[in-house]
Amino acid sequence: MSNINEVNEPEVFVVADNILSPLGKTTAENFAKLRENISGVKQHTDLAISPLPFFASLFDKDEQFVKADEHNYTKFEQLLIASIADALNGSGVDVRDKKTVLIISSTKGNISLLEDEAITDELKERISLSTSAKLVAEHFGFQKQPIVVSNACISGVLGVVTATRLLCSNQYENAVVAGADVISKFIMSGFQSFQALSAGPCKPFDKDHDGLNLGEGAGTIILSTNHKYAQNIKVKGGSVSNDANHISGPSRTGQELANAIKNALQEANFAPTDIDFISAHGTATVYNDEMEANAIAISGLQKAPVNSLKGFYGHTLGAAGLIESIISIQSLKQALIIPTIGFTEAADPEKVNICAAPIRLKANNFLKTASGFGGCNAAVIFGK
Amino acid sequence: MLTEKHITGFCSINNGIVAKNGPIIFEQQSDLSGLLLAAYQHLQLAYPKFYKMDNLSKLGWLAAEFLLKDTFHKDTYQPEDTGVILTNANSSLDDDVKYWDSIKDVASPSLFVYTLPNIVIGEICIRNHFKGEQAFYIQPEFDTQFIAQQVDYLLDKNIIQACICGWVDVFEQDYKAILFLVEKEKTATSVVFSAEKMSEIFNKK
Repeated sequence: MSNINEVNEPEVFVVADNILSPLGKTTAENFAKLRENISGVKQHTDLAISPLPFFASLFDKDEQFVKADEHNYTKFEQLLIASIADALNGSGVDVRDKKTVLIISSTKGNISLLEDEAITDELKERISLSTSAKLVAEHFGFQKQPIVVSNACISGVLGVVTATRLLCSNQYENAVVAGADVISKFIMSGFQSFQALSAGPCKPFDKDHDGLNLGEGAGTIILSTNHKYAQNIKVKGGSVSNDANHISGPSRTGQELANAIKNALQEANFAPTDIDFISAHGTATVYNDEMEANAIAISGLQKAPVNSLKGFYGHTLGAAGLIESIISIQSLKQALIIPTIGFTEAADPEKVNICAAPIRLKANNFLKTASGFGGCNAAVIFGK
Repeated sequence: MLTEKHITGFCSINNGIVAKNGPIIFEQQSDLSGLLLAAYQHLQLAYPKFYKMDNLSKLGWLAAEFLLKDTFHKDTYQPEDTGVILTNANSSLDDDVKYWDSIKDVASPSLFVYTLPNIVIGEICIRNHFKGEQAFYIQPEFDTQFIAQQVDYLLDKNIIQACICGWVDVFEQDYKAILFLVEKEKTATSVVFSAEKMSEIFNKK
Protein backbone atom coordinates (compact mmCIF):
# COMPACT_ATOMS: atom_id res chain seq x y z
CA MET A 1 0.00 0.00 0.00
CA SER A 2 2.50 2.59 -1.04
CA ASN A 3 1.49 6.18 -1.20
CA ILE A 4 3.72 8.74 -2.87
CA ASN A 5 2.94 11.29 -0.20
CA GLU A 6 4.13 9.08 2.60
CA VAL A 7 7.54 7.74 1.80
CA ASN A 8 7.88 6.17 5.24
CA GLU A 9 5.10 3.69 4.73
CA PRO A 10 6.61 0.25 4.13
CA GLU A 11 5.71 -2.07 1.30
CA VAL A 12 4.04 -5.38 2.14
CA PHE A 13 5.44 -8.54 0.55
CA VAL A 14 3.96 -12.01 0.19
CA VAL A 15 6.41 -14.36 1.90
CA ALA A 16 4.74 -17.74 1.49
CA ASP A 17 1.34 -19.36 1.22
CA ASN A 18 -0.59 -22.60 1.45
CA ILE A 19 -3.87 -24.00 0.20
CA LEU A 20 -5.28 -27.05 1.97
CA SER A 21 -8.31 -28.28 0.05
CA PRO A 22 -9.83 -31.52 -1.21
CA LEU A 23 -7.65 -30.95 -4.30
CA GLY A 24 -4.36 -30.96 -2.43
CA LYS A 25 -2.35 -30.11 0.67
CA THR A 26 -0.04 -27.46 -0.80
CA THR A 27 -0.36 -24.49 -3.13
CA ALA A 28 1.63 -26.40 -5.77
CA GLU A 29 -0.64 -29.44 -5.59
CA ASN A 30 -3.71 -27.23 -5.86
CA PHE A 31 -2.42 -25.21 -8.79
CA ALA A 32 -1.42 -28.42 -10.61
CA LYS A 33 -5.00 -29.72 -10.28
CA LEU A 34 -6.44 -26.46 -11.58
CA ARG A 35 -4.08 -26.53 -14.57
CA GLU A 36 -5.51 -29.96 -15.38
CA ASN A 37 -9.03 -28.56 -15.02
CA ILE A 38 -9.80 -30.90 -12.12
CA SER A 39 -12.53 -29.73 -9.74
CA GLY A 40 -13.10 -30.71 -6.13
CA VAL A 41 -16.87 -30.33 -6.52
CA LYS A 42 -18.67 -33.68 -6.56
CA GLN A 43 -22.06 -35.05 -5.72
CA HIS A 44 -22.25 -36.24 -2.11
CA THR A 45 -24.79 -38.26 -0.22
CA ASP A 46 -24.35 -37.66 3.50
CA LEU A 47 -27.38 -37.66 5.73
CA ALA A 48 -25.38 -36.03 8.53
CA ILE A 49 -25.15 -32.91 6.34
CA SER A 50 -28.24 -32.99 4.15
CA PRO A 51 -31.34 -35.15 3.68
CA LEU A 52 -30.86 -34.90 -0.10
CA PRO A 53 -27.78 -35.47 -2.26
CA PHE A 54 -25.82 -32.26 -2.94
CA PHE A 55 -22.83 -30.95 -4.87
CA ALA A 56 -19.92 -29.62 -2.82
CA SER A 57 -16.14 -29.79 -2.49
CA LEU A 58 -15.53 -31.71 0.75
CA PHE A 59 -12.66 -33.51 2.44
CA ASP A 60 -12.97 -37.25 2.97
CA LYS A 61 -15.08 -37.83 6.01
CA ASP A 62 -12.47 -39.19 8.41
CA GLU A 63 -9.46 -37.40 7.05
CA GLN A 64 -6.98 -36.26 9.71
CA PHE A 65 -4.96 -33.16 9.01
CA VAL A 66 -2.54 -33.19 11.93
CA LYS A 67 -1.00 -36.09 13.80
CA ALA A 68 -3.10 -37.30 16.72
CA ASP A 69 -2.19 -35.43 19.89
CA GLU A 70 -3.48 -34.62 23.33
CA HIS A 71 -5.17 -31.39 22.31
CA ASN A 72 -8.28 -32.79 20.63
CA TYR A 73 -8.17 -30.12 17.96
CA THR A 74 -11.40 -29.90 15.99
CA LYS A 75 -11.41 -30.30 12.21
CA PHE A 76 -11.54 -26.51 11.87
CA GLU A 77 -8.46 -26.08 14.05
CA GLN A 78 -6.65 -28.97 12.33
CA LEU A 79 -7.19 -27.31 8.95
CA LEU A 80 -5.75 -24.04 10.24
CA ILE A 81 -2.78 -25.73 11.88
CA ALA A 82 -1.93 -27.86 8.85
CA SER A 83 -2.25 -24.92 6.47
CA ILE A 84 -0.19 -22.55 8.62
CA ALA A 85 2.49 -25.20 9.26
CA ASP A 86 3.01 -25.75 5.54
CA ALA A 87 3.10 -22.02 4.78
CA LEU A 88 5.62 -21.37 7.57
CA ASN A 89 7.86 -24.25 6.52
CA GLY A 90 11.03 -22.69 5.13
CA SER A 91 9.54 -19.18 5.09
CA GLY A 92 12.14 -17.72 7.44
CA VAL A 93 9.39 -16.03 9.49
CA ASP A 94 9.77 -16.41 13.27
CA VAL A 95 6.33 -16.83 14.86
CA ARG A 96 7.84 -16.39 18.33
CA ASP A 97 8.94 -12.90 17.42
CA LYS A 98 6.68 -10.27 19.02
CA LYS A 99 6.67 -8.52 15.65
CA THR A 100 4.71 -11.42 14.12
CA VAL A 101 0.90 -11.45 14.37
CA LEU A 102 -1.58 -14.24 13.64
CA ILE A 103 -4.86 -13.35 11.96
CA ILE A 104 -7.64 -15.95 11.65
CA SER A 105 -10.55 -15.54 9.22
CA SER A 106 -13.68 -17.66 9.51
CA THR A 107 -17.42 -17.33 9.23
CA LYS A 108 -18.57 -20.20 11.45
CA GLY A 109 -15.46 -21.93 12.85
CA ASN A 110 -16.52 -24.70 15.24
CA ILE A 111 -20.28 -24.19 14.84
CA SER A 112 -20.79 -27.90 14.05
CA LEU A 113 -20.22 -28.63 17.77
CA LEU A 114 -23.63 -27.07 18.37
CA GLU A 115 -25.23 -29.86 16.35
CA ASP A 116 -24.48 -32.63 18.82
CA GLU A 117 -25.19 -31.25 22.26
CA ALA A 118 -27.16 -28.65 24.16
CA ILE A 119 -25.43 -25.34 24.80
CA THR A 120 -23.55 -25.06 28.10
CA ASP A 121 -20.94 -22.55 29.28
CA GLU A 122 -18.26 -25.08 28.43
CA LEU A 123 -19.57 -25.65 24.90
CA LYS A 124 -19.99 -21.90 24.39
CA GLU A 125 -16.32 -21.45 25.23
CA ARG A 126 -15.29 -24.33 22.95
CA ILE A 127 -17.25 -22.95 19.98
CA SER A 128 -15.84 -19.44 20.37
CA LEU A 129 -13.55 -18.37 17.53
CA SER A 130 -11.26 -16.81 20.14
CA THR A 131 -10.72 -20.25 21.69
CA SER A 132 -9.71 -21.76 18.34
CA ALA A 133 -7.45 -18.81 17.57
CA LYS A 134 -5.78 -19.17 20.98
CA LEU A 135 -5.22 -22.92 20.50
CA VAL A 136 -3.70 -22.36 17.06
CA ALA A 137 -1.52 -19.50 18.35
CA GLU A 138 -0.28 -21.65 21.25
CA HIS A 139 0.42 -24.57 18.94
CA PHE A 140 2.93 -22.47 17.02
CA GLY A 141 4.08 -20.22 19.86
CA PHE A 142 2.81 -16.85 18.63
CA GLN A 143 3.45 -14.28 21.37
CA LYS A 144 0.70 -11.76 20.73
CA GLN A 145 -3.04 -12.32 21.06
CA PRO A 146 -4.34 -13.42 17.64
CA ILE A 147 -6.80 -11.27 15.70
CA VAL A 148 -10.03 -12.93 14.54
CA VAL A 149 -11.95 -11.60 11.54
CA SER A 150 -15.54 -12.80 11.15
CA ASN A 151 -17.22 -10.76 8.48
CA ALA A 152 -19.23 -13.19 6.32
CA CYS A 153 -17.79 -14.03 2.91
CA ILE A 154 -15.28 -11.16 2.84
CA SER A 155 -13.52 -12.55 5.95
CA GLY A 156 -10.50 -13.85 3.99
CA VAL A 157 -9.93 -10.66 2.00
CA LEU A 158 -10.60 -8.56 5.10
CA GLY A 159 -7.94 -10.62 6.90
CA VAL A 160 -5.41 -9.63 4.22
CA VAL A 161 -6.52 -5.96 4.33
CA THR A 162 -6.33 -5.88 8.15
CA ALA A 163 -2.86 -7.48 8.08
CA THR A 164 -1.61 -5.07 5.43
CA ARG A 165 -2.77 -2.07 7.45
CA LEU A 166 -1.14 -3.37 10.64
CA LEU A 167 2.12 -3.87 8.74
CA CYS A 168 1.90 -0.53 6.90
CA SER A 169 1.47 1.31 10.19
CA ASN A 170 4.50 -0.55 11.62
CA GLN A 171 2.51 -2.32 14.34
CA TYR A 172 4.08 -5.60 13.22
CA GLU A 173 6.70 -6.80 10.77
CA ASN A 174 5.11 -10.11 9.81
CA ALA A 175 1.51 -11.32 9.60
CA VAL A 176 0.30 -14.89 9.19
CA VAL A 177 -3.24 -14.72 7.78
CA ALA A 178 -5.11 -18.03 7.83
CA GLY A 179 -8.73 -18.75 6.99
CA ALA A 180 -10.87 -21.89 7.16
CA ASP A 181 -14.44 -23.11 7.30
CA VAL A 182 -15.94 -26.57 7.64
CA ILE A 183 -19.21 -27.56 5.98
CA SER A 184 -21.70 -29.20 8.32
CA LYS A 185 -25.47 -29.44 8.49
CA PHE A 186 -25.72 -26.03 10.16
CA ILE A 187 -24.25 -24.22 7.15
CA MET A 188 -25.69 -26.53 4.48
CA SER A 189 -29.25 -26.24 5.83
CA GLY A 190 -28.97 -22.46 5.95
CA PHE A 191 -27.92 -22.12 2.33
CA GLN A 192 -30.64 -24.64 1.41
CA SER A 193 -33.21 -22.55 3.28
CA PHE A 194 -32.12 -19.57 1.20
CA GLN A 195 -32.46 -21.66 -1.97
CA ALA A 196 -28.99 -20.43 -2.79
CA LEU A 197 -27.54 -23.81 -3.80
CA SER A 198 -27.28 -25.12 -7.35
CA ALA A 199 -28.68 -28.60 -8.01
CA GLY A 200 -25.51 -29.41 -10.00
CA PRO A 201 -21.96 -28.06 -10.34
CA CYS A 202 -22.14 -24.26 -10.15
CA LYS A 203 -21.85 -22.07 -13.27
CA PRO A 204 -20.34 -18.71 -12.30
CA PHE A 205 -21.27 -15.76 -14.59
CA ASP A 206 -22.95 -18.17 -17.03
CA LYS A 207 -26.35 -17.28 -18.46
CA ASP A 208 -27.65 -20.44 -16.75
CA HIS A 209 -26.10 -19.74 -13.34
CA ASP A 210 -28.53 -20.97 -10.73
CA GLY A 211 -26.78 -21.02 -7.36
CA LEU A 212 -23.62 -21.90 -5.53
CA ASN A 213 -21.85 -25.01 -4.26
CA LEU A 214 -20.30 -25.02 -0.80
CA GLY A 215 -16.72 -26.08 -0.19
CA GLU A 216 -14.27 -26.84 2.60
CA GLY A 217 -10.73 -25.65 2.78
CA ALA A 218 -8.09 -23.53 4.42
CA GLY A 219 -5.68 -20.97 3.07
CA THR A 220 -2.72 -19.15 4.59
CA ILE A 221 -0.84 -16.11 3.32
CA ILE A 222 2.25 -14.86 5.17
CA LEU A 223 2.98 -11.15 4.70
CA SER A 224 6.03 -9.15 5.73
CA THR A 225 7.58 -5.72 5.41
CA ASN A 226 11.09 -7.20 5.75
CA HIS A 227 13.18 -6.20 2.75
CA LYS A 228 14.67 -9.63 2.37
CA TYR A 229 11.37 -10.43 0.60
CA ALA A 230 11.52 -7.32 -1.62
CA GLN A 231 11.62 -9.38 -4.82
CA ASN A 232 8.32 -11.06 -3.94
CA ILE A 233 4.78 -10.18 -4.98
CA LYS A 234 3.32 -7.29 -3.00
CA VAL A 235 -0.04 -6.25 -1.60
CA LYS A 236 -0.63 -3.00 -3.48
CA GLY A 237 -3.92 -1.80 -2.06
CA GLY A 238 -7.11 -2.83 -0.35
CA SER A 239 -10.50 -1.43 0.57
CA VAL A 240 -13.81 -2.42 2.16
CA SER A 241 -17.31 -0.99 1.73
CA ASN A 242 -20.92 -1.58 2.68
CA ASP A 243 -23.95 -1.53 0.36
CA ALA A 244 -26.32 -0.03 2.94
CA ASN A 245 -29.04 -1.77 0.97
CA HIS A 246 -30.07 -5.23 2.19
CA ILE A 247 -28.68 -7.75 4.70
CA SER A 248 -29.11 -10.83 2.49
CA GLY A 249 -29.08 -9.44 -1.05
CA PRO A 250 -26.35 -7.49 -2.79
CA SER A 251 -26.57 -3.94 -4.10
CA ARG A 252 -28.72 -3.58 -7.20
CA THR A 253 -26.15 -1.33 -8.84
CA GLY A 254 -22.76 -2.69 -7.77
CA GLN A 255 -21.70 0.89 -7.04
CA GLU A 256 -20.46 0.08 -3.53
CA LEU A 257 -18.17 -2.78 -4.65
CA ALA A 258 -17.04 -0.42 -7.41
CA ASN A 259 -16.19 2.14 -4.70
CA ALA A 260 -14.03 -0.43 -2.93
CA ILE A 261 -12.29 -1.26 -6.23
CA LYS A 262 -11.74 2.44 -6.89
CA ASN A 263 -10.20 2.98 -3.46
CA ALA A 264 -7.95 -0.07 -3.82
CA LEU A 265 -6.77 1.21 -7.23
CA GLN A 266 -6.12 4.63 -5.74
CA GLU A 267 -4.09 3.16 -2.90
CA ALA A 268 -2.00 1.24 -5.45
CA ASN A 269 -1.62 4.40 -7.57
CA PHE A 270 -3.11 2.38 -10.42
CA ALA A 271 -5.35 3.08 -13.38
CA PRO A 272 -7.87 0.37 -14.31
CA THR A 273 -5.58 -0.61 -17.21
CA ASP A 274 -2.93 -1.68 -14.69
CA ILE A 275 -5.15 -4.58 -13.64
CA ASP A 276 -4.24 -7.58 -15.81
CA PHE A 277 -6.94 -9.89 -14.50
CA ILE A 278 -9.61 -10.17 -11.84
CA SER A 279 -10.29 -13.02 -9.45
CA ALA A 280 -13.96 -12.40 -8.77
CA HIS A 281 -16.12 -13.65 -5.93
CA GLY A 282 -18.34 -15.28 -8.61
CA THR A 283 -20.53 -17.42 -6.39
CA ALA A 284 -22.82 -18.32 -9.34
CA THR A 285 -25.93 -16.97 -7.68
CA VAL A 286 -27.75 -14.68 -10.12
CA TYR A 287 -27.77 -11.77 -7.64
CA ASN A 288 -24.06 -11.92 -6.83
CA ASP A 289 -22.86 -12.37 -10.40
CA GLU A 290 -25.03 -9.52 -11.72
CA MET A 291 -23.88 -7.16 -8.99
CA GLU A 292 -20.24 -8.04 -9.55
CA ALA A 293 -20.55 -7.64 -13.33
CA ASN A 294 -22.03 -4.19 -12.72
CA ALA A 295 -19.24 -3.23 -10.34
CA ILE A 296 -16.54 -4.42 -12.75
CA ALA A 297 -18.13 -2.45 -15.60
CA ILE A 298 -18.53 0.70 -13.47
CA SER A 299 -14.83 0.39 -12.59
CA GLY A 300 -13.80 0.46 -16.25
CA LEU A 301 -12.56 -3.13 -16.09
CA GLN A 302 -14.85 -4.66 -18.76
CA LYS A 303 -11.88 -5.83 -20.81
CA ALA A 304 -9.89 -7.45 -18.01
CA PRO A 305 -10.09 -11.25 -17.98
CA VAL A 306 -12.18 -12.39 -14.99
CA ASN A 307 -12.26 -15.78 -13.38
CA SER A 308 -14.25 -17.31 -10.58
CA LEU A 309 -12.70 -20.34 -8.89
CA LYS A 310 -15.95 -21.42 -7.20
CA GLY A 311 -16.35 -24.18 -9.80
CA PHE A 312 -13.12 -25.79 -8.52
CA TYR A 313 -13.50 -25.22 -4.78
CA GLY A 314 -17.14 -24.36 -4.16
CA HIS A 315 -17.67 -21.43 -1.83
CA THR A 316 -15.14 -21.94 0.95
CA LEU A 317 -16.59 -19.02 2.96
CA GLY A 318 -13.93 -17.60 5.33
CA ALA A 319 -11.15 -19.29 3.34
CA ALA A 320 -12.38 -18.22 -0.11
CA GLY A 321 -10.62 -14.85 -0.31
CA LEU A 322 -7.33 -16.44 0.72
CA ILE A 323 -7.49 -19.57 -1.47
CA GLU A 324 -8.52 -17.53 -4.52
CA SER A 325 -5.82 -14.90 -3.91
CA ILE A 326 -3.17 -17.62 -3.57
CA ILE A 327 -4.17 -19.26 -6.88
CA SER A 328 -4.03 -15.84 -8.51
CA ILE A 329 -0.56 -15.20 -7.03
CA GLN A 330 0.48 -18.45 -8.72
CA SER A 331 -1.05 -17.12 -11.95
CA LEU A 332 1.28 -14.12 -11.71
CA LYS A 333 4.27 -16.39 -11.05
CA GLN A 334 3.46 -18.93 -13.74
CA ALA A 335 1.94 -16.55 -16.32
CA LEU A 336 -1.21 -18.66 -16.52
CA ILE A 337 -4.71 -17.47 -15.73
CA ILE A 338 -7.02 -20.26 -14.62
CA PRO A 339 -10.36 -20.43 -16.43
CA THR A 340 -13.84 -20.34 -14.89
CA ILE A 341 -14.90 -23.96 -14.78
CA GLY A 342 -18.67 -24.31 -15.30
CA PHE A 343 -18.87 -21.22 -17.48
CA THR A 344 -19.83 -21.44 -21.17
CA GLU A 345 -21.91 -18.44 -22.23
CA ALA A 346 -21.89 -15.07 -20.49
CA ALA A 347 -24.89 -13.73 -18.62
CA ASP A 348 -23.49 -10.18 -18.97
CA PRO A 349 -21.10 -10.24 -21.97
CA GLU A 350 -20.91 -6.46 -22.35
CA LYS A 351 -19.96 -5.95 -18.69
CA VAL A 352 -17.39 -8.66 -17.97
CA ASN A 353 -14.83 -10.63 -19.93
CA ILE A 354 -15.12 -14.05 -18.34
CA CYS A 355 -12.14 -16.30 -18.78
CA ALA A 356 -13.47 -19.57 -20.25
CA ALA A 357 -10.16 -21.17 -21.23
CA PRO A 358 -6.65 -20.94 -19.71
CA ILE A 359 -4.86 -17.74 -20.72
CA ARG A 360 -1.08 -17.56 -21.08
CA LEU A 361 -0.36 -14.03 -19.95
CA LYS A 362 2.60 -12.35 -18.30
CA ALA A 363 0.48 -10.50 -15.79
CA ASN A 364 1.85 -8.00 -13.31
CA ASN A 365 -1.16 -7.24 -11.14
CA PHE A 366 -4.52 -8.70 -10.26
CA LEU A 367 -7.61 -7.59 -8.39
CA LYS A 368 -9.40 -9.90 -5.95
CA THR A 369 -12.97 -9.07 -4.97
CA ALA A 370 -15.39 -10.49 -2.42
CA SER A 371 -18.87 -9.68 -1.21
CA GLY A 372 -21.11 -11.12 1.46
CA PHE A 373 -24.19 -11.05 3.63
CA GLY A 374 -24.60 -7.86 5.57
CA GLY A 375 -23.91 -5.93 2.36
CA CYS A 376 -20.12 -6.10 2.74
CA ASN A 377 -17.65 -5.78 -0.15
CA ALA A 378 -13.87 -6.00 -0.26
CA ALA A 379 -11.20 -5.50 -2.91
CA VAL A 380 -7.48 -6.18 -2.73
CA ILE A 381 -4.77 -5.79 -5.36
CA PHE A 382 -1.64 -7.95 -5.51
CA GLY A 383 1.18 -7.25 -7.93
CA LYS A 384 4.83 -7.55 -8.85
CA MET B 1 -0.28 12.27 8.66
CA LEU B 2 -1.78 12.01 12.12
CA THR B 3 -5.11 13.72 12.42
CA GLU B 4 -6.87 14.95 15.52
CA LYS B 5 -9.63 12.55 16.47
CA HIS B 6 -12.32 13.03 19.04
CA ILE B 7 -14.96 10.90 20.69
CA THR B 8 -17.93 13.16 19.97
CA GLY B 9 -20.41 10.79 21.55
CA PHE B 10 -20.77 7.42 23.21
CA CYS B 11 -23.75 5.28 24.03
CA SER B 12 -24.07 2.24 26.24
CA ILE B 13 -26.82 -0.33 26.75
CA ASN B 14 -26.09 -2.42 29.79
CA ASN B 15 -27.89 -3.64 32.95
CA GLY B 16 -31.26 -2.35 31.73
CA ILE B 17 -29.91 1.15 31.20
CA VAL B 18 -29.43 3.15 28.01
CA ALA B 19 -27.00 6.00 28.60
CA LYS B 20 -25.58 8.58 26.24
CA ASN B 21 -22.43 10.55 26.96
CA GLY B 22 -22.84 9.52 30.60
CA PRO B 23 -26.40 10.44 31.68
CA ILE B 24 -29.14 7.79 31.67
CA ILE B 25 -31.71 8.38 28.95
CA PHE B 26 -33.81 5.28 29.35
CA GLU B 27 -34.14 2.53 31.92
CA GLN B 28 -36.19 -0.62 32.20
CA GLN B 29 -35.45 -3.67 34.27
CA SER B 30 -36.84 -6.61 32.31
CA ASP B 31 -35.59 -9.47 30.20
CA LEU B 32 -33.49 -8.52 27.18
CA SER B 33 -36.28 -8.78 24.60
CA GLY B 34 -38.48 -6.57 26.77
CA LEU B 35 -35.73 -4.01 27.19
CA LEU B 36 -34.95 -3.90 23.45
CA LEU B 37 -38.61 -3.44 22.54
CA ALA B 38 -39.16 -0.75 25.19
CA ALA B 39 -36.03 1.11 24.11
CA TYR B 40 -37.21 0.96 20.50
CA GLN B 41 -40.62 2.31 21.49
CA HIS B 42 -38.96 5.08 23.48
CA LEU B 43 -37.48 6.34 20.20
CA GLN B 44 -40.97 6.66 18.67
CA LEU B 45 -39.88 5.53 15.23
CA ALA B 46 -41.62 3.64 12.48
CA TYR B 47 -38.91 1.22 11.34
CA PRO B 48 -40.57 -2.17 10.79
CA LYS B 49 -37.23 -3.84 9.95
CA PHE B 50 -36.41 -3.62 13.65
CA TYR B 51 -38.88 -6.40 14.49
CA LYS B 52 -37.17 -8.83 12.11
CA MET B 53 -33.73 -8.42 13.66
CA ASP B 54 -32.11 -10.84 16.08
CA ASN B 55 -31.15 -9.56 19.52
CA LEU B 56 -27.54 -8.79 18.52
CA SER B 57 -28.68 -6.58 15.66
CA LYS B 58 -31.41 -4.97 17.76
CA LEU B 59 -28.91 -4.16 20.50
CA GLY B 60 -26.29 -2.70 18.16
CA TRP B 61 -28.85 -0.91 16.00
CA LEU B 62 -30.49 0.70 19.08
CA ALA B 63 -27.12 1.76 20.51
CA ALA B 64 -26.28 3.41 17.17
CA GLU B 65 -29.70 5.03 17.04
CA PHE B 66 -29.34 6.60 20.50
CA LEU B 67 -25.71 7.50 19.78
CA LEU B 68 -26.52 9.43 16.60
CA LYS B 69 -29.92 10.87 17.54
CA ASP B 70 -30.00 14.69 17.54
CA THR B 71 -26.21 15.08 17.72
CA PHE B 72 -24.79 13.47 14.55
CA HIS B 73 -24.64 15.86 11.62
CA LYS B 74 -25.18 13.39 8.83
CA ASP B 75 -25.23 16.10 6.16
CA THR B 76 -21.58 16.88 6.91
CA TYR B 77 -20.60 13.56 5.40
CA GLN B 78 -20.93 11.59 2.18
CA PRO B 79 -22.22 8.00 2.61
CA GLU B 80 -18.66 6.70 1.94
CA ASP B 81 -17.22 8.91 4.69
CA THR B 82 -18.55 6.94 7.66
CA GLY B 83 -17.22 3.56 8.74
CA VAL B 84 -18.33 0.98 11.31
CA ILE B 85 -15.83 -1.22 13.19
CA LEU B 86 -17.35 -3.56 15.76
CA THR B 87 -16.22 -6.42 17.95
CA ASN B 88 -17.59 -8.93 20.44
CA ALA B 89 -16.86 -12.22 22.21
CA ASN B 90 -19.85 -14.37 21.31
CA SER B 91 -20.09 -13.71 17.58
CA SER B 92 -23.70 -14.54 16.58
CA LEU B 93 -24.00 -17.52 18.96
CA ASP B 94 -27.26 -16.23 20.45
CA ASP B 95 -28.93 -16.47 17.04
CA ASP B 96 -26.93 -19.58 16.03
CA VAL B 97 -28.63 -21.53 18.84
CA LYS B 98 -32.05 -20.24 17.78
CA TYR B 99 -31.40 -21.07 14.12
CA TRP B 100 -30.23 -24.59 15.03
CA ASP B 101 -33.39 -25.12 17.09
CA SER B 102 -35.48 -24.01 14.11
CA ILE B 103 -34.06 -26.60 11.76
CA LYS B 104 -35.62 -29.43 13.75
CA ASP B 105 -38.82 -28.17 12.17
CA VAL B 106 -38.07 -26.12 9.03
CA ALA B 107 -34.80 -24.25 8.64
CA SER B 108 -35.61 -20.55 8.83
CA PRO B 109 -33.82 -18.31 6.33
CA SER B 110 -34.76 -15.27 8.40
CA LEU B 111 -32.90 -16.73 11.40
CA PHE B 112 -30.02 -18.04 9.25
CA VAL B 113 -29.13 -14.62 7.87
CA TYR B 114 -28.42 -13.41 11.41
CA THR B 115 -25.94 -16.26 12.07
CA LEU B 116 -23.15 -13.85 11.10
CA PRO B 117 -21.92 -11.21 13.55
CA ASN B 118 -21.40 -8.53 10.89
CA ILE B 119 -25.12 -8.38 10.06
CA VAL B 120 -25.51 -5.81 12.84
CA ILE B 121 -23.11 -3.60 10.88
CA GLY B 122 -25.31 -4.08 7.80
CA GLU B 123 -28.39 -3.03 9.79
CA ILE B 124 -26.67 0.13 11.09
CA CYS B 125 -25.42 0.96 7.58
CA ILE B 126 -28.85 0.45 5.99
CA ARG B 127 -30.53 2.68 8.57
CA ASN B 128 -27.97 5.49 8.28
CA HIS B 129 -26.88 5.05 4.69
CA PHE B 130 -23.25 4.46 5.71
CA LYS B 131 -21.21 3.01 2.86
CA GLY B 132 -17.65 3.37 4.12
CA GLU B 133 -15.16 0.90 5.59
CA GLN B 134 -16.48 -1.76 7.93
CA ALA B 135 -15.15 -4.75 9.83
CA PHE B 136 -16.24 -7.20 12.53
CA TYR B 137 -13.65 -8.80 14.83
CA ILE B 138 -14.08 -11.45 17.52
CA GLN B 139 -12.17 -10.84 20.77
CA PRO B 140 -12.38 -12.47 24.21
CA GLU B 141 -12.55 -8.98 25.71
CA PHE B 142 -12.88 -5.50 24.20
CA ASP B 143 -9.38 -4.86 22.83
CA THR B 144 -9.43 -1.08 22.73
CA GLN B 145 -5.79 -0.89 21.57
CA PHE B 146 -6.51 -2.89 18.46
CA ILE B 147 -9.76 -1.07 17.66
CA ALA B 148 -8.09 2.31 18.17
CA GLN B 149 -5.31 1.27 15.76
CA GLN B 150 -7.88 0.39 13.10
CA VAL B 151 -9.84 3.61 13.54
CA ASP B 152 -6.67 5.73 13.67
CA TYR B 153 -5.45 4.20 10.42
CA LEU B 154 -8.70 4.82 8.57
CA LEU B 155 -9.07 8.43 9.75
CA ASP B 156 -5.38 9.35 9.52
CA LYS B 157 -5.24 8.12 5.93
CA ASN B 158 -8.44 9.99 5.08
CA ILE B 159 -10.07 6.72 4.04
CA ILE B 160 -13.08 7.75 6.13
CA GLN B 161 -13.95 10.93 8.03
CA ALA B 162 -16.05 9.49 10.86
CA CYS B 163 -16.28 6.08 12.48
CA ILE B 164 -18.63 4.26 14.80
CA CYS B 165 -16.66 1.71 16.77
CA GLY B 166 -17.22 -0.41 19.80
CA TRP B 167 -18.47 -3.57 21.44
CA VAL B 168 -21.84 -5.26 20.87
CA ASP B 169 -22.25 -8.65 22.55
CA VAL B 170 -25.27 -10.80 23.33
CA PHE B 171 -25.72 -14.30 24.59
CA GLU B 172 -29.12 -15.17 26.04
CA GLN B 173 -29.67 -12.66 28.88
CA ASP B 174 -26.06 -11.45 29.00
CA TYR B 175 -25.55 -8.38 26.89
CA LYS B 176 -23.50 -5.23 26.65
CA ALA B 177 -23.19 -2.60 23.96
CA ILE B 178 -20.93 0.43 23.96
CA LEU B 179 -20.52 2.42 20.79
CA PHE B 180 -18.27 5.42 20.21
CA LEU B 181 -18.62 8.06 17.52
CA VAL B 182 -15.20 9.24 16.41
CA GLU B 183 -14.86 12.41 14.33
CA LYS B 184 -12.12 14.83 13.36
CA GLU B 185 -13.80 18.03 14.58
CA LYS B 186 -14.03 18.52 18.31
CA THR B 187 -17.25 19.62 19.97
CA ALA B 188 -18.07 21.32 23.29
CA THR B 189 -18.39 17.93 25.00
CA SER B 190 -15.98 15.77 23.03
CA VAL B 191 -12.89 14.07 24.44
CA VAL B 192 -9.71 13.15 22.59
CA PHE B 193 -9.99 9.68 21.03
CA SER B 194 -7.68 7.03 22.45
CA ALA B 195 -7.67 3.38 23.46
CA GLU B 196 -7.30 4.46 27.09
CA LYS B 197 -10.36 6.72 26.90
CA MET B 198 -12.44 3.93 25.35
CA SER B 199 -11.30 1.53 28.09
CA GLU B 200 -12.12 4.04 30.80
CA ILE B 201 -15.64 4.59 29.45
CA PHE B 202 -16.17 0.88 28.75
CA ASN B 203 -15.15 -0.17 32.25
CA LYS B 204 -17.36 2.43 33.92
CA LYS B 205 -20.50 1.02 32.32
